[in-house]
Amino acid sequence: MSILVNKDTRVLVQGITGHEGLFHTQQMLAYGTNVVAGVRPGKGGEWVLDGKVPVFDSCRAAVEATGANTSIIFVSAAFAPDAIYEAADADLPFIVCITEGIPVQDMMRVRAYLDQKGCRLLGPNCPGVLTPGEAKVGIIPGDIAIPGNVGIVSRSGTLTYEVLYALKLAGMGASTCVGIGGDPINGTDFIDCLDMFEADPYTEKVVLIGEIGGTDEEKAAQFIARHMTKPVVAFIAGQTAPPGKRMGHAGAIIEAGSGTAAEKIQALEAAGVRVARHPEEIPELL
Amino acid sequence: MKLHEYQSKQIFARYGIPIPGGRVAATATEVRQIAEELGGRVVIKAQVLVGGRGKAGGVRLAKTPKEAEEVATQILAMEIKGLPVRKVLVDPAAHIEQEIYLAITNDRTARRPVMMASAAGGVDIEEVARTAPEKIIKIHIDPLLGLRDYQARDIAIGIDLSRDYWKSFLEITRGLWRAYVECDATLAEINPLVVTKEKRLLALDGKMLLDDNALFRHPDLAEMRDVDEEAPAETEARKYGLSFIKLEGNIGCMVNGAGLAMTTMDIVKLFGGEPANFLDIGGGASAEKVAAALRIILSDTNVKAVLFNIFGGITRCDEVAKGILAALAEVKPQVPMVVRLVGTNAEEGRRLLADAQMITAQTLVEAAQKAVAAARR
Repeated sequence: MSILVNKDTRVLVQGITGHEGLFHTQQMLAYGTNVVAGVRPGKGGEWVLDGKVPVFDSCRAAVEATGANTSIIFVSAAFAPDAIYEAADADLPFIVCITEGIPVQDMMRVRAYLDQKGCRLLGPNCPGVLTPGEAKVGIIPGDIAIPGNVGIVSRSGTLTYEVLYALKLAGMGASTCVGIGGDPINGTDFIDCLDMFEADPYTEKVVLIGEIGGTDEEKAAQFIARHMTKPVVAFIAGQTAPPGKRMGHAGAIIEAGSGTAAEKIQALEAAGVRVARHPEEIPELL
Repeated sequence: MKLHEYQSKQIFARYGIPIPGGRVAATATEVRQIAEELGGRVVIKAQVLVGGRGKAGGVRLAKTPKEAEEVATQILAMEIKGLPVRKVLVDPAAHIEQEIYLAITNDRTARRPVMMASAAGGVDIEEVARTAPEKIIKIHIDPLLGLRDYQARDIAIGIDLSRDYWKSFLEITRGLWRAYVECDATLAEINPLVVTKEKRLLALDGKMLLDDNALFRHPDLAEMRDVDEEAPAETEARKYGLSFIKLEGNIGCMVNGAGLAMTTMDIVKLFGGEPANFLDIGGGASAEKVAAALRIILSDTNVKAVLFNIFGGITRCDEVAKGILAALAEVKPQVPMVVRLVGTNAEEGRRLLADAQMITAQTLVEAAQKAVAAARR
């Protein structure tokens, strides 16, 4: 009852021996995620977390030995593009990149390359994906969400946690929660996720969490109007953001008067989406 | 990060783009010397990181070194959109026959670089985009292939550039592409690129924006940052790895995560308050970072209340609480403070703050309402 990841997902962690990589591998395992391998060039043959996860020198070797089918990347920004290329060339069909701060020109090249390879990237600069009760491939705290029928897609991290938590307090659960990340150029976008939620029999309603910058929310609104039969509720952050300033996320910036919260809210409302004034209003609107 | 005109043109020159042979100066006396060395008429241009310098009177012509000194004295005493003019660029005046707009930037929607050009150069290109978009030629560039010469020729044809200039136009486009790629620019713009009476192409003005995320591999460019041109609090925040933007309101906000930080500002406004800032302390915020953040918020004398909104994930609420206590001991704030801790180790965090005389809140709405009420008191 999910999209992208479930209990059968076999996860490979790139950068598993780093501080973040090790901590979150532990968290993912504790959640019940099937983490089958780690990669750290130069440490192949070792094991981490009390012998739970084998480490390999390369993605190719890890995939051959373990049958991993999803990669998650905790590699610093300078080396993350290489990690993505490596995962793509090892024919991993789904790659989640948590790393924040990858230069945008690197991401344009990565995206152009991945489009040719036909594999799916989630992120970068994202919290990953959580299918409550089945698997978490990312850093979303597992205890703030319960299984349910609401699909969630978001450009943000902690704001998503806020929404999951508000849903949980209202007794509502999530089918899958996807963080697509706050960078201007990313892999999976709103439309990809809306499309998957529309096709997922276990998702009955969808929450879309957007923010200022770019036109992805407007494109999502068009898609919703034309293709979605399931109800969508949205929230857009940054109504008070001044133009020309980057609000933390590399992609959260109003440029040349475009990308404002008001435009996005208008486009979504025109597509029949109910837009919440604040996150705690979302459960009511659902 | 924005570069000044003179810095952008220095970079262009390194990539073989012809620029006027001017120099930058900080005093009127230097301007006079430069004008004497250059000989002939000069243009004196205020170097501030905002648009509309020309309209504000920050770009002026001088016929003699004496006039140059007088004009420079006036420009160096100016403020343009709130920014004092600290430097001027002194360029030899060009004899202009035609003005072209030429730029490379990131097209976020197409997910690739785009080269844009217009025969209507020398004016505000956003204005042209609004009123006469057909006058702007756009060609997308495959980031894996780079700019191809035929694409640059298509641009030259599109803007009706005389064939006499194609060769030198192609050299300029190649240089601009290399400057854009090798500096990790998000914008490399020549406006105007002029055809002179002497039948040469010349980049009269230049503007570059650089990707902050790429500065780690460009230490030389990172040093070009002009900290005089930004709010001191923003410089201080960057030192601690905090993302901070000053706003006009009176409720200071400290939040973890950019999306939640924007949402916190929005909800303060929704309940009748005005946020004083955007501040994201980031993931896994340490006590030291929290203390620095509180100092920065309170350095704004408009702040009448502070709202802490922490949703613990990787960030642990007890760690943030310790940071708040350390900061309180150091800064001794006189304004009321509202705190909301949720998520990882929230109870431990609340226990630590129990004696700190802070106003506590459970929900986001409650936190916003209490902060707005506290700021009015």
